[in-house]
Amino acid sequence: MTGDGHAPGERATAGWLLRGVRPLGGDPTDVLLRAGRIAEIGARLDPADTSGAQLLDADGLIALPGLVDLHTHLREPGREDAETVASGTLAAALGGFTAVHAMANTDPVADTAGVVEQVWRLGREAGHVDVRPVGAVTAGLGGQRLAELGAMAESAAAVRVFSDDGHCVSDAVVMRRALEYVKAFDGVIAQHAQEPRLTEDAQMNEGQLSGVLGLRGWPAVAEEAIVARDVLLAAHVGSRLHICHVSTAGSVDILRWAKAKGCDVTAEVTPHHLLLTDELAATYDPVYKVNPPLRTAEDVDALRAALADGTIDAVATDHAPHPVEDKETEWAAAAFGMLGLETALSVVIAATVETGLLDWAGVADRMSTRPARIGRVAGQGRGLEAGAPANVLLLDPTARTTVDPTGLASLSSNTPYAGRVLPGRVVATFLRGRATVLDGKQA
Amino acid sequence: MKHLLSAGDLDRDDALAILDTAEELAQLAERPIKKLPTLRGRTVVNLFFEDSTRTRISFEAAAKRLSADVINFSAKGSSVSKGETLKDTALTLEAMGADAVVVRHPASGAPHRLAVSGWIRGSVVNAGDGTHEHPTQALLDAYTLRRRLGSLEGRRVAVVGDVLHSRVARSNVLLLHTLGVEVTLVAPPTLLPVGVQAWPCATSLDLDAVLPKSDAVMMLRVQRERMNASYFPSAREYTRRYGLDGRRLAALPDHAVVMHPGPMNRGLEISAVAADSARSAIVEQVSNGVSVRMAVLYLLLAGEEAA
Repeated sequence: MTGDGHAPGERATAGWLLRGVRPLGGDPTDVLLRAGRIAEIGARLDPADTSGAQLLDADGLIALPGLVDLHTHLREPGREDAETVASGTLAAALGGFTAVHAMANTDPVADTAGVVEQVWRLGREAGHVDVRPVGAVTAGLGGQRLAELGAMAESAAAVRVFSDDGHCVSDAVVMRRALEYVKAFDGVIAQHAQEPRLTEDAQMNEGQLSGVLGLRGWPAVAEEAIVARDVLLAAHVGSRLHICHVSTAGSVDILRWAKAKGCDVTAEVTPHHLLLTDELAATYDPVYKVNPPLRTAEDVDALRAALADGTIDAVATDHAPHPVEDKETEWAAAAFGMLGLETALSVVIAATVETGLLDWAGVADRMSTRPARIGRVAGQGRGLEAGAPANVLLLDPTARTTVDPTGLASLSSNTPYAGRVLPGRVVATFLRGRATVLDGKQA
Repeated sequence: MKHLLSAGDLDRDDALAILDTAEELAQLAERPIKKLPTLRGRTVVNLFFEDSTRTRISFEAAAKRLSADVINFSAKGSSVSKGETLKDTALTLEAMGADAVVVRHPASGAPHRLAVSGWIRGSVVNAGDGTHEHPTQALLDAYTLRRRLGSLEGRRVAVVGDVLHSRVARSNVLLLHTLGVEVTLVAPPTLLPVGVQAWPCATSLDLDAVLPKSDAVMMLRVQRERMNASYFPSAREYTRRYGLDGRRLAALPDHAVVMHPGPMNRGLEISAVAADSARSAIVEQVSNGVSVRMAVLYLLLAGEEAA
């Protein structure tokens, strides 16, 4: 094993010269990737100095730092029919990611050092992105008893993010203890904020439409009540807290208040909550069934604004693959969740760049720098500077792509964007200088 | 019209066409041979994922009086719990050549899924889906009201009870509004859906204030177990505040009609005195159900040939 966690063989490439690329959408320049790092950035690098690097004509392409996802369901172990570490991480690379956090709700649950090390090892073997396993907060996601958080932190997987995602750590005492305990190894609890009693058998956003459609409502207050409780708890015990998939305008208000008070709280929003609304439930097509549910247009506006002003720190996909049979059913019987990795950047562009809310530096901050910082991911999210690890994606900002569910690398096809035309196309992704994606395909 | 999924799909002309057709077909019931050859050779499947003997036999009688072949497919419990999917059931029915599928399902939107999925080619009639809609119930209620009151435009109807969980209430609000009826939903606040303010009707929390102004009162079935989920404290308190007893019956105008979609919880939402009074149209609702469902099947299946 190499000292800084590189997979064997990564050093073998002679490097890449990205000619005429626009870092963060700025002026065209040349970028040399060599020995796993961004070796040099200069207006016109002399080919003689790039000794053997492969030339990539990046005219018109934007360079962004490799994206870091705080919230990915890779489904392995247990549901390899929906996704595997290999297929999910390939999807991630195609989406411009260089690191993903693999959620703990696998079977068996990632609540021991053994399981998180298995997932981490599978990620290294696949080699598409860095896989950072998330550890369960409680044993078996049961919400009762802490999992062996320290053992997971000390394992080869070096877990720093802990979450019972899919389940809320609803017991206030368990949540308090978890927040306190992970301070010993600089961990963070990523809360799935959902008050369980208020959301029993909930199917969609509770609002005017849920009443009309006869689908049981998932009220905004069920999220906001937990967000409010947990920012107060985190402040009380002086811990770091992360809120998963924030979906309501009310949660944004609470987070804004908490940050103003100095609470060490961070938050993420999914691409789909930045673009889609609960109106889609009127189709009764479960491809739009997701937890937390799609909310109203007012919520979407508030989430976009919060991402733009930094109240929400990061975009996280909540990539949730499901096999056809779990979605091709009546709404109430269907599984929650939608794919996200391969469309995330395009959706963020549509929701924030094209609306003037974020520039490319802002996208890089919310999709790479801040999520890497929240997850304490070494070697990721370091931006596009000479000396930084060469985790880079190249984006064609003018391309527009029609989403084809059958053309995705994910083993599942439950994308809510089927047939939609989305802006931007990831042309290439580099993981520590090695191309994982070239010409929009697996390298 | 290919499917009947929601009462909201019907405009005023569609709805009146169904009611007028039902009037004509009702005369059939008075003949010694209650049968028309209209749907001979057509197959109507009653696909019931949930028990409802009343609705099923009503549709069965309607289809048979139009000479359709009727297949009753009771799939209760097999959809989710035993692994047979809605899709597989639909494909089976399609293979059997169903021209119309009358579907009752505990999941809201299941008939909608059947209709738009491409799994079946036939017409889909929603015979009650979850807490969503029950459009033929609303049609038979409108039909019953029109027969009793002579007209619908400008009439006032109170719909009382568990609106939150009632597909009957949703379909009635949509259909009666289309037909010019002023609907008032009356329920404890816990049993009114979020967002009901946007529905095309009024709401009230006070039954006694609404009754004297009503041309008809439609009592909804209330499940006793709702009190276990704290929707109301006890059956007794529910009855006291929202039940139709003899005193409240007397508060109605003389011409007012008492209705209930059945099955009734006598003594809970409606007293025997009210249910069995001369104002009660509850038995008529059942017989009218057959005529209205005949009209729906006729217009969906025979109408498609004429077009």
